[in-house]
Amino acid sequence: MDRRDALKTMGLLGASTLLGDSAAAEERASDAEFFGVLVDTTRCAGCRNCEFVCAETNGLPDPPDDDSVLEQERKPSVTQWSVVNRYETDRGEVFVKRQCMHCNHPACASACLTKAMLKTGRGPVIWRESKCMGCRFCMISCPFDIPKFEYNSPVPKIQKCRMCWERLAEGEQPACVEECPEEALTFGPRRELLDIARRRIYKSPDRYLNHIYGEHETGGTGWLYLAAVSFEQLGFRADLGTEPYPELTKNFLYSVPVVFALMPLFLLGVSGATKRADESEGIPDEHHG
Amino acid sequence: MSITAEKIVPITKTDRERLVPFLIRELKPKGKLITPFNLISLPVILLGLVLLVIRFAKGLGSITNLSQEYPWGLWIGFDVITGVAFAGGAYVITFMVYVLGMKKYHPIARVTILNGFLAYVFYAGALLLDLGRPWNVVNPIIGNSFGVSSVLFLVAWHFMLYMIAAFVEFSPAVAEWLGMRRLRRLLGSLTLGAVIVGITLSMLHQSGLGALYLMAKPKIHPLWYSEFIPILFFVSSIFAGLSMVIFEGTLSQRVFGSQVSSEHHSSHDDIVRSLAKVCGYTMLVYMFLKELDLVHGKEWTYLNTGMGHWYLVETTGFVLIPCIMFLRCTATGSIRMCRVASILTLIGIVLNRLNVSIIAFKWYEPVRYVPSWMEIEITLAVIFAEILAFRWIVNRMPVLREPPAWARESHRLEREDVRKERVIWKSSSI
Repeated sequence: MDRRDALKTMGLLGASTLLGDSAAAEERASDAEFFGVLVDTTRCAGCRNCEFVCAETNGLPDPPDDDSVLEQERKPSVTQWSVVNRYETDRGEVFVKRQCMHCNHPACASACLTKAMLKTGRGPVIWRESKCMGCRFCMISCPFDIPKFEYNSPVPKIQKCRMCWERLAEGEQPACVEECPEEALTFGPRRELLDIARRRIYKSPDRYLNHIYGEHETGGTGWLYLAAVSFEQLGFRADLGTEPYPELTKNFLYSVPVVFALMPLFLLGVSGATKRADESEGIPDEHHG
Repeated sequence: MSITAEKIVPITKTDRERLVPFLIRELKPKGKLITPFNLISLPVILLGLVLLVIRFAKGLGSITNLSQEYPWGLWIGFDVITGVAFAGGAYVITFMVYVLGMKKYHPIARVTILNGFLAYVFYAGALLLDLGRPWNVVNPIIGNSFGVSSVLFLVAWHFMLYMIAAFVEFSPAVAEWLGMRRLRRLLGSLTLGAVIVGITLSMLHQSGLGALYLMAKPKIHPLWYSEFIPILFFVSSIFAGLSMVIFEGTLSQRVFGSQVSSEHHSSHDDIVRSLAKVCGYTMLVYMFLKELDLVHGKEWTYLNTGMGHWYLVETTGFVLIPCIMFLRCTATGSIRMCRVASILTLIGIVLNRLNVSIIAFKWYEPVRYVPSWMEIEITLAVIFAEILAFRWIVNRMPVLREPPAWARESHRLEREDVRKERVIWKSSSI
């Protein structure tokens, strides 16, 4: 029950951040529940189909066909929003798809001073070209280092996974989920995904580590991960904490209006106090010229 | 009273007719064109302009070493974040002069305000060079997309408003230069309001620059990351700004010595010593906060690592030592020691701001960011352009030299008017 309440609150929070954008306003469902994707790394065979279909769907250049790219750990890039990495672990080879985590409380969106980065009501975090001024504060703030900037363009864009949010609006799944031959990716409301993930862990405790990465990390993410080995072995950071990142700036932001209201009054008072002292000295001052 | 009314005459038509040739005459350079400073600064600025054309034509990657791992480099870390800390002197001095009524610092008020104002125009202005999509810079201003949950939104607004406040604070000097007596009077009456707004804005954006890094928690080395980073940035901006005032005052005395009023000359050493005292004590507060943070976060385990040694260099060599020097020089009266301490402090601020923004930022990355020569070149161009603007203004407006006689006269009369009014008001209330 607690979790459901929490999710509802998160949904409302997400919805309440959508101010003034018409496209997003349509999405402001009253009982909005974030959608997400469950990635089961024990199922992924490393075929990289998701990479290719992502490029195709989003008009990005084709990723290299050669599987030798797996020899090095890659990060999503300006031309590739989704990458699959191969890790050698205590339990053999493991493949992990990485892309934007679509946080419940995205640091990038709270960092954005133009609301170009936006958490939509259904869950995808999207970037809006017409708003962005290219300050790259989202990149500084994102704990997963996801937004990428086109440094070699005079009209640069921020490139990142949008969880196929247009497809979602039409009731479809993200392209990568649809094309995954191993069913390593499952799309659905985040709450249901957590249930599925838990069921899998309970059913085969030997196969899975009892940890759903993204359930609590950074206050919860839209993309959730299951694995057989510790997530640190798979290139995930274990030190991100469970506090939503926007909370880190909350105290500062709350203190701003307070300072703004009280400081001038205080300064006026102080200056008044010194003026009065000045005045009493003023009369002899006049005599001395 | 009737005499004063005649003295403060409104600007006449002939004055207005004289204004245009006056401006044309003033716009021309004064003094020798070929000086060592000009020979260095002008080519640097010209080259900077060429590089900027390339930057806007081909993108940031064409001249900077910025990367996906290091989205903010020298232009933000040094130009904006360090430059703004150095400009902190303006709000501290205006606080002392206009709010606390410390007349002693009045001779340096104008030059400090001018320095602060120009620092914001040029260094905070350098932010525009760094924006990938600068044509959208109006978005957070005109109100179609207010990202009010963003620290950067607040910082941007505060920069803008502060520039206006600092200009209002400085504007009487402009009016005196143009010989506009009525305007001078009007602008003079706005000073206290602008000062109060300016101090408030400064407090918020000096700390706001630190708050920018609050969400970069997993990326900044624990010795530099702190939830108190906004407070540390604010407190350090006080002694950063005052050290800049001491350092810059030393230079101005040499370069513009002929202009400096006799009043200023005689009081300069006394002012430096007093400012050194303020610096010393503020640095004690700063070190206490740093210490508290270190202990609170149980971060001492990092001290005996490479980054830890670097941290000790910054906090001991460039905070503790100049702090002791500041406190000692106020006792021994050595101006030279004050100046050396101010230089050490400034280096310490550069180190601290660069540590937070670049050096301790993603200290774990295998490939570190090092600025390209072109980024350094443009930073130099911005600094030189600022100095040229400063020189141009100081050579024309009453910044270091005394205001024209009429302005001093009207200022004195204004104060007397206020006093008389108060006396009348008081006596009437009796």
